[in-house]
Amino acid sequence: MMALDFSFYNWDVISKFVLKGFYFSIILTVVATIGGVLFGTVLALMRLSGKKWLDTPAAIYVNGMRSIPLVMVILWVFLLAPFAIGRPIGAEVSAVVTFIAFEAAYFSEIMRAGIQSIPRGQVHAGQAVGMTYGQNMKLVVLPQAFRNMLPVLLTQTIILFQDTSLVYAIGAYDMLKGFETAGKNYGRPIEAYLLAAVVYFVMCYALSYCVKRLHKKIAIIR
Amino acid sequence: MGSNWDWQVFMQDPGGKYPTYWEWMLSAWGWTLSVSLLALIVALVLGSLVGIIRTLPDSPWLVRLGNAWVELFRNIPLLVQIFLWYHVIPALIPAMKSVSSFVLVVLALGFFTSARIAEQVRSGIQALPKGQRYAGMAVGFTTPQYYRYVILPMAYRIIIPPLTSETMNIFKNSSVAFAVSVTELTMFAMQAQEETSRGIEVYLAVTGLYVVSAFAINRIMAFIEKKTRVPGFIVSASGGGGH
Repeated sequence: MMALDFSFYNWDVISKFVLKGFYFSIILTVVATIGGVLFGTVLALMRLSGKKWLDTPAAIYVNGMRSIPLVMVILWVFLLAPFAIGRPIGAEVSAVVTFIAFEAAYFSEIMRAGIQSIPRGQVHAGQAVGMTYGQNMKLVVLPQAFRNMLPVLLTQTIILFQDTSLVYAIGAYDMLKGFETAGKNYGRPIEAYLLAAVVYFVMCYALSYCVKRLHKKIAIIR
Repeated sequence: MGSNWDWQVFMQDPGGKYPTYWEWMLSAWGWTLSVSLLALIVALVLGSLVGIIRTLPDSPWLVRLGNAWVELFRNIPLLVQIFLWYHVIPALIPAMKSVSSFVLVVLALGFFTSARIAEQVRSGIQALPKGQRYAGMAVGFTTPQYYRYVILPMAYRIIIPPLTSETMNIFKNSSVAFAVSVTELTMFAMQAQEETSRGIEVYLAVTGLYVVSAFAINRIMAFIEKKTRVPGFIVSASGGGGH
């Protein structure tokens, strides 16, 4: 049994190695969430449109993305991006593109389920008082659907944050890489991995606790 | 791009253990399948245990232990957990030094997934009406007996759809084993891409194998769901999962 020694982890080491990766992990999570939700909304609307030529391509995209591992998608984008834009791109940019494309498939399924969870009676009630499709969506369906799916969307964002560690596959510099580099430079890899686990755990636990509180607060009581 | 395919690349000699890339890839697929299946067994056993103790009546400490288990394994990224098993645990526990990275990855993936399965088992048990539990007690069953004969048979049927997607997730998550040099499909893809520079052909083949595996699991689980269905007890309309 070897003795653990965390003493070298002072603020200098953290700001030199870990912070850069931490910022990238956060930026990747935020950008991929916003981009994924926007693109995912388009996919969800295509799937709910009832028109086959919109539904089918969206369904193939979503089911395709969901049946291959994220690591493979990360590798694919990193491989193909230079062909697509004619010059090599950095691992970081490639990671952002990947996560938007990949998470959109999951966000679209959450939104589709959220919209479909609204009872048909609600839609009919809206139609009965003379609302157009747009009004019905905006005033009746979406406000309720959004309340239902907000906790799930946030939980997916926490999963996304955990998944950002997989950019390891293409060598992008995220928080895990930051801890790993610090650990290697100071010959203390064991402590580095342990600290990384603690930081991820504290962040994800705190976030999921907040989501749970939020869920209780905004759940629609029927 | 795409205009000049070269599928002959799979007949080339990687200059190692395997005579061709093709055979190497099949062996890698085998590693993916064995990591996933063994991890699934670990996850089902641990996940069921933890899920059940979270629903036991009058044992608040067991419930707390179960909840802590789920939170611990759910809130650390899988890759970090694999590093903990691979780098940290053998350094802290000398007895784990001789364990191969294959076994460590199986344990990492199994423990990680057990938290999710525990959550599903718990929700499956709690989805049953309270009357089922009372009925078991009323006919004089002990706690293990009414779990075994009354609650669990129904609870497992309820959670087959989420278990299907979790099984498919295990196969996808096994790709993270590349990080500790288990030569499964993703590791093969990365190495063969580097050696042959025919990344598109290699990635297409590997992606195809992942899709085939996911589809096969989906069908197997749908078959199990159909075979175990209790007439008149309808829990879900279809198999769920990714397809």
